[in-house]
Amino acid sequence: MIARGPLSVCALLLIACDGSDEGAASDPDERFSGGAATVFDVSRSAFAQDMPALSGDKEDDFFVGNSLFNRGWVTAPASTTQIDGLGPLFNATNCSACHFKDGRGRPPLDDSEPFTSLLLRLSIPGSDAQGGPLGDVNYGNQLQDNGILGVPAEARPRVRYTEQPGTFADGAPYSLRSPTYSFDQLAYGPLAADLQVSPRVAPAVFGLGLLEAIDEATLAALTDPDDKNGDGISGRFNHVWDVRKKALVVGRFGWKANQPSIAQQTSAAFQGDIGISSQDFPLESCTAPQTSCTAAKSGADADGVELSPAFLASVVSYMHTLAVPARRNLEHADVVRGRALFTRAGCPGCHTPKLRTGELPGFPELSNQTIRPYTDLLLHDMGPLLADGRPDFEATANEWRTPPLWGIGLVSTVNEHSFFLHDGRARGLLEAVLFHGGEAVAARDAVLAFSLDERAALVAFLESL
Amino acid sequence: MHRLPPALLLLSLVACGSDEDPEVTFPTAKAELALANYKAVVNANYTDVVTSAQALQAAIDAFIAAPSAATQDAAKNAWLAARLPYGPSEAFRFYDGPIDDPTTGPEGQINAWPLDENYIDYTRDDANSGIINRVAEVPAITVEVIAKANEAAGEKAISTGYHAIEFLLWGQDDATTGAGNGKRPFTDYVAGGSAANQTRRADYLKAAAQLLVSDVQEVANAWKPGVADNFAAKFGVTASEGNAVQSAIGDLLKSLGSMAKAELSGERMTVAYKNRDQEDEHSCFSDNTSVDLLGNALGIENVWLGRYGASDGVGLDEVVAEKDAALAAKTTADVAAAVAKLRVLADLQQKSSTPLDVVIASPDGSASRTAMLDAITATKLIGDDVEKAAVALGLKIELEEPSVEL
Repeated sequence: MIARGPLSVCALLLIACDGSDEGAASDPDERFSGGAATVFDVSRSAFAQDMPALSGDKEDDFFVGNSLFNRGWVTAPASTTQIDGLGPLFNATNCSACHFKDGRGRPPLDDSEPFTSLLLRLSIPGSDAQGGPLGDVNYGNQLQDNGILGVPAEARPRVRYTEQPGTFADGAPYSLRSPTYSFDQLAYGPLAADLQVSPRVAPAVFGLGLLEAIDEATLAALTDPDDKNGDGISGRFNHVWDVRKKALVVGRFGWKANQPSIAQQTSAAFQGDIGISSQDFPLESCTAPQTSCTAAKSGADADGVELSPAFLASVVSYMHTLAVPARRNLEHADVVRGRALFTRAGCPGCHTPKLRTGELPGFPELSNQTIRPYTDLLLHDMGPLLADGRPDFEATANEWRTPPLWGIGLVSTVNEHSFFLHDGRARGLLEAVLFHGGEAVAARDAVLAFSLDERAALVAFLESL
Repeated sequence: MHRLPPALLLLSLVACGSDEDPEVTFPTAKAELALANYKAVVNANYTDVVTSAQALQAAIDAFIAAPSAATQDAAKNAWLAARLPYGPSEAFRFYDGPIDDPTTGPEGQINAWPLDENYIDYTRDDANSGIINRVAEVPAITVEVIAKANEAAGEKAISTGYHAIEFLLWGQDDATTGAGNGKRPFTDYVAGGSAANQTRRADYLKAAAQLLVSDVQEVANAWKPGVADNFAAKFGVTASEGNAVQSAIGDLLKSLGSMAKAELSGERMTVAYKNRDQEDEHSCFSDNTSVDLLGNALGIENVWLGRYGASDGVGLDEVVAEKDAALAAKTTADVAAAVAKLRVLADLQQKSSTPLDVVIASPDGSASRTAMLDAITATKLIGDDVEKAAVALGLKIELEEPSVEL
């Protein structure tokens, strides 16, 4: 392992290490979180790298997709015809406003800050024709706190926190804060009395191609909806509407696994977050009372939509090929210890350390890779404390999809914050662990019983991911 | 976008967590000379940026005072003249210096793109759009108002800077009519003339010019020699961590490589080339994009060779040559080649009435589109050279991904 050789040695090393077991904690294989699609970058651009050795035109696609990810959309009609059509209602003008440096968003730090990278999904009880959430009559299914000139923003959301103190078994105190959301300056009438609000922070967007490349059968093997093995952890699929297939399929992206594919997630975000129509989502998100929204000029081009199919394809390819950063400090004593504690507490029951991707047509770089995402992509009941009270297709009010943990230790570097969970309520990784309830109660209780050193070791392990 | 070069990747792989550099003696004496000269180059360039922005402001004031085709043309010419020194000065970006410091840098207010035309003024389908025509919502147009409207709180409604002024002087370049730049009549600024709200339009144009001048002055002041505590006084002298001289040279290489590869080759040319969107060019109202691009390349050459105009001092080329003369010579040749390729594009614009929007829309294999492809390839090469130069000097640099502050 210490010998220096030509580049081909690396490739050999990768392949040779592929099939091996989760052996010693210092096993250097574990550094390759994304298999061959791993990059060694610990800078602020750690989440923004393309995968090594991209096939075909993917390097160019990555470049163009990256540009479109960062580029601000402007009000239609503009001279720049292909990037006009912002809004009329929107959350942000470009993808990177929320997924800054392809990383993770956060809640506002104080009342003066807008909700830049935390959005609020809205619905009322019931479901739509496809089984998805039913939007608020006046505001639709997502609060858009920006509008183009002449189209008032929907509202000004605010968040307040309530602290709830607790203690570890060793007597050390901690405090968990829970958010409550409110709305000022409602521009289009009242919100429904029985409104359901689900806060969702913008997740990091690297490694998604590898997650898409996992065979459904591989994930199905991880499900245990009736907890037949009696470990207290069930794990099940969400089934969500696929707009192209016009059928319910397994969901694997989004905080509640409510999107079936990177392509649909991407076009849905263009429509909902930036107000850009595309083939799969050809309408602007204006509700009936939002007449100025409906009347606003469209940025649609000759193809009838604002986001050209070619642009969408570039962004989707970009999303597929953002590489996963390698793990760090594997040999550090705390990391080695924390890794064992992570296993002992039962975290791998949902945060599956190692998976194998299948064959993703057109993406040899994503296919047949051993990856270490620390997710099963399944829904789990996380208990009442984290519940958003808003069902999303088959996901209940209490259920969330296990998020991947790879790269989580680099969020503080890339995004300069340490706010975790779906709404960024956790101020650091340990708080995020302590919020776990429902199926994760046993794991959380194990962590509550940890000593100060053990807690530090667990965090050191998570930060090495 | 820019992973480690293969050589470094290999080392980091096989060394299993060790991040020691190969042993390199850093040429400190030469580097100190190059840094001093770099500061002189930057100061000279920004001095020209300020002078030309002031001349632009004066021409705009004259145009507003007596709107006519002649005064409008004079203002347009002043804008084109102001772009000449600004393009090269963009080679001073991408290391969080005064121009694009994440918290205080005014770059997004000076040169942001794409411009939100409808946010500013009327457009071809909407006679009442923009701050200028929304009298009730924006009662008075001032420098403060337009500065606040620009990139408010994480959102970008680009409404200031060179391109806002360009739009207000030329008007929309209507893609549907093919070649040709914007055709805004001077009567847009004559009370009772064309369009509505002529006085407010004049207020906007004057405010935008004033804001531009104060922004570029602020950047220039950070580089003025002999000022205690400004950026120039500290750059390469004090460092938050590590060796200040090495860190500053690393910044310059990162700056050059990012400007050449991610920004100039990638963002400004590859994307437009690939998208084939006629107006995917940064100075689309005036059709001056190709000359802007040449300016960027000349800026890269200035920093690499340590020269500006007639003055030629110690450049990065000489620092790199201390460790690897062949690489320094190759980089110098590659930089010169890139400048030459971009000059071909600029000549197409200036001598053959073929601005970049026409180039973009030309068929593959045509002379002009091939010229653009050549320019893309040539500038990209500089990024690779610079990454190698950093390795030769024992410095670790991470080139920018394409800028988010376009």
